[in-house]
Amino acid sequence: MANIMIRRGDNGALSFYLPKKDLEDDIVSLEFDTPERWGGELVLKDGSRWYFDPLETQPRLPITVKAKRMGGEDD
Amino acid sequence: MAALTREETEALIQEVLEVYPEKAKKDRTKHLAVNDHEANAKKCITSNRKSLPGVMTIRGCAYAGSKGVVWGPIKDMIHISHGPVGCGQYSRAGRRNYYVGVTGINAFGEMNFTSDFQERDIVFGGDKKLAKLIDEIEELFPLNKGISVQSECPIGLIGDDIEAVSKKATAKFGKTVVPVRCEGFRGVSQSLGHHIANDAIRDWVIGNRDAKEFASTPYDVAIIGDYNIGGDAWSSRILLEEMGLRVVAQWSGDGTLAEMENTPKVKLNLLHCYRSMNYISRHMEEKYGIPWVEYNFFGPTKVEESLRKIATYFDDTIKEGAERVIAKYKAMMDAVIAKYRPRLEGKKVMLYVGGLRPRHVIGAYEDLGMEVVGTGYEFAHNDDYERTVKEMGNATLLYDDVTGFEFEEFVKKVKPDLVGSGIKEKFIFQKMGIPFRQMHSWDYSGPYHGYDGFAIFARDMDMTLNNPCWKTQTPPWKKNDDAAPLAAAA
Repeated sequence: MANIMIRRGDNGALSFYLPKKDLEDDIVSLEFDTPERWGGELVLKDGSRWYFDPLETQPRLPITVKAKRMGGEDD
Repeated sequence: MAALTREETEALIQEVLEVYPEKAKKDRTKHLAVNDHEANAKKCITSNRKSLPGVMTIRGCAYAGSKGVVWGPIKDMIHISHGPVGCGQYSRAGRRNYYVGVTGINAFGEMNFTSDFQERDIVFGGDKKLAKLIDEIEELFPLNKGISVQSECPIGLIGDDIEAVSKKATAKFGKTVVPVRCEGFRGVSQSLGHHIANDAIRDWVIGNRDAKEFASTPYDVAIIGDYNIGGDAWSSRILLEEMGLRVVAQWSGDGTLAEMENTPKVKLNLLHCYRSMNYISRHMEEKYGIPWVEYNFFGPTKVEESLRKIATYFDDTIKEGAERVIAKYKAMMDAVIAKYRPRLEGKKVMLYVGGLRPRHVIGAYEDLGMEVVGTGYEFAHNDDYERTVKEMGNATLLYDDVTGFEFEEFVKKVKPDLVGSGIKEKFIFQKMGIPFRQMHSWDYSGPYHGYDGFAIFARDMDMTLNNPCWKTQTPPWKKNDDAAPLAAAA
């Protein structure tokens, strides 16, 4: 589990940031992206997958959430 | 006109790595790379790892990152170097963070406050000494606006409770007293010190004035991550003000505690040094909804780009303001380039610095017709390299936490016309006959930011590169041209 921050990037896409590891990447897909449910599994541009418990509303970005790494292409 | 092809650069890296023992070679391989626009920075270079024992590294420590970089320039606070005397003394005023104020009265930037730990403080703890020190500071320098306690290594090792002392002092004097846990052994370089310092600002400073009234305007901005080296923040600030923005705070060069406390009221954070202050910008974005934008004030091309980028966050008055500023300085910049470009055209530069410079100054060199053929960071992270890969030319050298040996070998082979790095490298390269600029604090010159800064930057580069001394490197008896007159006389 790690605290990650999700913000709206300069290019309009959602951007994922993991402090300390300095992993900053665009989010390619997010499982739930509706006004009632927001979150779930997300896939980054580099292929790695993360999961965080879906929220019940669309949050004001940026937001820090606890996320779990689901494993990706490498390691 | 790149001197080396991709294959040659790769061969050069292999050649340099050859001397290392197997294990060291394996480790260092990951830190050296040939720039490739297609590649993912994460895969092409490894950064922010512990330096190898036995090689020369140029890195600093967490204390250097916190006291030396982030906290030190805040002029109206007293920064106590808590621990033995040396750390404070050798980091005192070395970065030339200029400020306005009367030193010792209402500004303390050039002074060294230390608890001067002795053996008995290690054995019995230094908390009492710290409390006494704070009392003395209050008596001798009553106009200070706050105090920060910058821990040196022993504080963490003996487990002193500086937080408790700070809390007591805050209650006693009604001033901000910030404990900063930036012991030197934390992290692999000064970079973690920046992070710790940012976190301390977040916890102890940023929310202090949330409840207070503030007469704001729609054009309030803060300059984040400009340390006013040689006056950098000033030459940036005037441009922003000229385009119609109101600069509420300077972080932290020539900055004050009050400015930092007022920063959450601004409309946009302008982030210059991404590496050392992105943490606090991200925090303010999340907590207060203040967007942040990275900008680059080195060289007219980048300044122009940045002014326009900043203006997009505001209405038309600012957009017009940006154009007005660009137009105003156009003639001056053209004159500078017309004067220096012919003297510098085509020269090759190798850089090895920290923070933002290895990528930010590339534009300024390009404005002068020079080419950066190699660059590297002391303490960058992956996200810095991601930003750098785009700026650098293809097949140029990238080196992370370069060792003394590697840097020398690279310079010998690549043969740049100018090397820009720190004071520890300066004399080695000058003795090798290569013009050198100390790019940490602009070789005691500056400012280099903004339009005014570029004029100085161009002059300095010309002054160094075209200095007549480089022509007298070869002693007369080794010169190839006919030495007959001497021989005949003998």
